[in-house]
Amino acid sequence: MSERADPKAVEIARSGFARHGLSLLDLLPFLCALLVYVFGGRYLALSIQVMVQIIFALSLDLALGYGGIDSLGHVAFFGMGAYAAGLFAMHVSSQPLLGLCVAALAGALTGLITGPLVLRTRGLTLVMLTLAVATMIQQLANAAGMKPITGGADGLFGFEIAPLFGVFSFDLYDHTAYWYALGAFAFVFIICKVVVNSPFGLTIRGIRENPVRMRMLGVNVTHRLVTLYCISGALAGIAGGVQAQVTKLVGLDSLAFLLSGNALVMLILGGTGSLYGAIIGATIFVVLSDRAAAIDPFNWLFAIGAVLILAVRFAPQGVVGLITDAWQRQRGRRRL
Amino acid sequence: MSDLPALAIDRVSKNFGGLRVARDVSLALPVGARHALIGPNGAGKTTLVHMVSGLLQPSGGTITLGGIDVTEMAPERRVGLGLARTFQISSLFPHLTVVENVGLAFEARHGLDRRLWGRTCNHAEIVDGAAALLQRLALLDLAGRRVADLPYGQRRLVEIALVLALEPKTVLLDEPAAGLAVAERGALLDLLLRMPASLTILVIEHDMSLVFRLAQRITVLVEGQILTEGTVAEIRADPRVRDIYLGSRHHG
Repeated sequence: MSERADPKAVEIARSGFARHGLSLLDLLPFLCALLVYVFGGRYLALSIQVMVQIIFALSLDLALGYGGIDSLGHVAFFGMGAYAAGLFAMHVSSQPLLGLCVAALAGALTGLITGPLVLRTRGLTLVMLTLAVATMIQQLANAAGMKPITGGADGLFGFEIAPLFGVFSFDLYDHTAYWYALGAFAFVFIICKVVVNSPFGLTIRGIRENPVRMRMLGVNVTHRLVTLYCISGALAGIAGGVQAQVTKLVGLDSLAFLLSGNALVMLILGGTGSLYGAIIGATIFVVLSDRAAAIDPFNWLFAIGAVLILAVRFAPQGVVGLITDAWQRQRGRRRL
Repeated sequence: MSDLPALAIDRVSKNFGGLRVARDVSLALPVGARHALIGPNGAGKTTLVHMVSGLLQPSGGTITLGGIDVTEMAPERRVGLGLARTFQISSLFPHLTVVENVGLAFEARHGLDRRLWGRTCNHAEIVDGAAALLQRLALLDLAGRRVADLPYGQRRLVEIALVLALEPKTVLLDEPAAGLAVAERGALLDLLLRMPASLTILVIEHDMSLVFRLAQRITVLVEGQILTEGTVAEIRADPRVRDIYLGSRHHG
């Protein structure tokens, strides 16, 4: 029944697929990062926090924005990555890149174990289950029996991270840490791009849109979602790992619900399902939190709340939605 | 070709609590059959299709595809045995483009749905197949349009395209003509009549002119039970069918 298509038809068909490929625009965040390094030396520590949160938000966007996995427990991956990196540095090796691999592995493994349990459900049940899993992991890290391993409420500290490539040491001036976080961000961003452009990327968007129909196309939906959960978990694990390595501290707060909620707010601010929304949203969130806290250390959350309300009211698709809407209006006007 | 029926439903029942929506329904479709299932609303036609495709579990009886018992099989594995279906209310991927919708089916068929590398639009198995199919269905011009933006009739055609992309052995069409304009119905019928002879089709449809032209045999389902089964001529002549289903306005 299959027939040859003429080249023209193939070209038309090809152009109908959404384009998420790498473009010059993708250099923009890295150009900004370069400018910050050159001119904003005072803000290196803050920028590292921005990049860690961008990685975390990207991993959530992959699961939630593309795959439709409504998760309120994404911090579980982040925390497992952070603890894995910390424990690895304490007991095995202080090599940073090796530690980061272990952090990614810890995140992926968490996804592999919890995924089959939670991903058979959808909607509110899924939200609650992801939340429950993350809460259980946090309680486990705090349990009395685990204190010799996790440090309990004191957390992990006093571990050292060896110089990057044996040359660049993680010193107080944050220069190495800055480039390290930027490298991790670039790596995670490229992985996300590859995944969303791949046939698997189309599969997960199909599952987000209509899981029943995907099953009727012969796709094992739960398997694909677990795969996505593992990839997303690995990337979130990298975020946690970078955090642990550059701060040389891992506490129970790296498993706290607050981080899951924050990442969700970042995606709402920036917009889901585009990757750029994660970058913009995380940047706005971290910078705004920092500035608001500098102005009023007690009521700074008010600023976040106000911005969130404004975003939901006036930019329901986030900043990215605003930009694409404006661009399309502009294009439409030119055509008229 | 084997002598085993492409699809056999053997004394299948379905109860929702005390409500019996299917009672001892039996059907056998030989390879290449064009079989229609008709009956008034609430007769249990869609329930039967759900059970064959695996979205519902029968309360009793067995369902076989080419001799293989699929009664307890997961829906996605039945697709692997060559079963495909459409939905009564079009069930697509609204925020994806037409070619992406069809591409999903080609991905699934070629086992590329888990492929993590290479851009989707550069995989020849996906793009070439989608291009040829869309061209054949005269949908190529809509390749880049989101399904949510299409008029209803074209969405029904995309629905059929998804099924054809899977190159199934057996298809279940749940009211393919519902909501279509007269001209669109003609195009749909042409399309269905041009399907390969080896394809087995079970169609649920209320449009009798379409059923009479497409089907070889017709089963009439009433209140979850088979009222009668026969050739088109037999069903047309059956007074019970006229009374219950066709109504008196269909004389002659």
